[in-house]
Amino acid sequence: MTSVTEAQKAVRPAPGGKERRGVMDRGAWFLVLPALIPILVLSVGPLLYGIALSLTDAQSGRTRPTQWIGTLNFTDLLHDTLFWESFRIGLVWAVGVTVPQFLLALGLALLLNEDLRLRWLARALAIVPWAMPEVVVGVMWRLVYNPDAGILNETIRDLGLGDGRDWLSGLGTALPAVVVVGIWAGLPTTTVALLAGLQNTPRELHEAAAVDGAGAWRRFRTVTWPALRPVALSITALNLIWNFNSFALVYVLTSGGPGGRTRLPMLFAYEEAFRYGQFGYAAAMGCVMVALISILLALFLVGRLRGGDEA
Amino acid sequence: MRTGRTARAGQYVALLAYLVFLAFPFLWLISTAFKPPRELGSLHPTWIPRDPTLANFRQAFDEQPLLHAALNSLIAALGAALVAVLLATPMAYVMARHRTRLARAATGWVIVSQAFPLVLVIIPLFLVLKNLRLINSMPGLITVYVVWALPFALWMLVGYVRAVPPELEEAAAVDGAGRLRTLVSVTAPLLAPGIVATAMFAFVTAWNEFFFALVLLKTPEKQTLPVILTHFIGAEGVADLGPLAAAAFLATLPSLVVFALIQRRITGGMLTGAVKN
Repeated sequence: MTSVTEAQKAVRPAPGGKERRGVMDRGAWFLVLPALIPILVLSVGPLLYGIALSLTDAQSGRTRPTQWIGTLNFTDLLHDTLFWESFRIGLVWAVGVTVPQFLLALGLALLLNEDLRLRWLARALAIVPWAMPEVVVGVMWRLVYNPDAGILNETIRDLGLGDGRDWLSGLGTALPAVVVVGIWAGLPTTTVALLAGLQNTPRELHEAAAVDGAGAWRRFRTVTWPALRPVALSITALNLIWNFNSFALVYVLTSGGPGGRTRLPMLFAYEEAFRYGQFGYAAAMGCVMVALISILLALFLVGRLRGGDEA
Repeated sequence: MRTGRTARAGQYVALLAYLVFLAFPFLWLISTAFKPPRELGSLHPTWIPRDPTLANFRQAFDEQPLLHAALNSLIAALGAALVAVLLATPMAYVMARHRTRLARAATGWVIVSQAFPLVLVIIPLFLVLKNLRLINSMPGLITVYVVWALPFALWMLVGYVRAVPPELEEAAAVDGAGRLRTLVSVTAPLLAPGIVATAMFAFVTAWNEFFFALVLLKTPEKQTLPVILTHFIGAEGVADLGPLAAAAFLATLPSLVVFALIQRRITGGMLTGAVKN
């Protein structure tokens, strides 16, 4: 950085691409290593170690040495109906949270982009679910869902819709009940991300389209959506992955019950590893989850690339 | 743009529905926290406690080591935030200014690291930390939190560095300032608000974290607030509602305050992150 030659200036791309190309010098490496070493040692390292563990019979608190057992954990997993059931629940949960949440957030973002009076309040309140510890969100909704002292059943009784029920313990109601909490918890993040994307849409384009007589839906389709698409796809991909891997919320709400109806893959893997001490087997579960998530992510990235590089 | 009157009314109805949906569980939490046991047991609960009391808060502190847990949370969150920012800022600077393969790989890692189920990382970390005798210890937890916060800190900071025009640095270089001098006297002051926002974000993330704390902290005197909170819910899932609500309400306040302070900056960071990458 000390010497910027005329040649470098000449090849520098027009505004927008201000990064300099080329090899990093020694000084740059000195700046990079403090963060790079911990990432490699404590993040990439454990990941590789974890993959290695999935090929062993590692267990906690055992005297016999750990042995390589090849792909035995994976063949066991293939036949583990409980695991596949949790996988199915994980997918239902991830999609069940992400899709309604996206649609709600999109509507809200469009709404909050308008000049409305209570907009500030909506933005201020949106901080609450976002900043709350997941454990607290879980606790809070347990209070709402409480069969006797909860506000949900009381509201149902007040409206004369019956006596209400024990939402989190019902075989049929537990999963929908936790899905609602998942939607609530992530709604602000998604809304804010989409709102940020909306505010990047050139207003003039909107006005020009309106002058040309385009209706609201047409303006959304031809002006808003193309500009919003990259943000929308990124946030949806991330939400799907985060939700699929989520743990704390459902752990606090139902601990995976009743009868495993809300046992997300992470809860299942946690129990295998830290309740039953099956480290190798749980690591294998983690590997399968990563593999399937990667496929999901790849599909999304392909979708994003095919849409052109609007970003 | 002109909006019709009915459309406007519809917008307000939708906004109101959103506000109710956002607010009602939180208001219910607060209401429950201030109710005496008699009202909590009643089959017809009310929004506003008829007989508001602080007894639940007292009972919460009596039943669980809340103060100690808050202190543990504070140590873990402060430690994680400080170390993460200290390590990430220099690297973020290089990533923002040099378009190298490493910078691309690091950006890719940010996305990929979000995709890991934590269980795949925690099992090996648990074994390693156990061998280092760092299970049930703050240094062990902070180490995990730092590594966990690094990718996102990098992501946020790169955005902030990019917002500092390189021309300023070049001008300082032309004036004869060395690289370090330029970084310290030109770049750092402009970057400071971004660094603070990133640190606060890392703080809140660590303050709220549950999974690692659950796995790594074994004894109540070491546990952080989120883990202690789950102790209020008994083995059969039966909870003492009042103290539970009181403790949950208290655990939220710090992150709520910090988040209110940085929320705008994070939105900005998300925007640049989502658009430029």
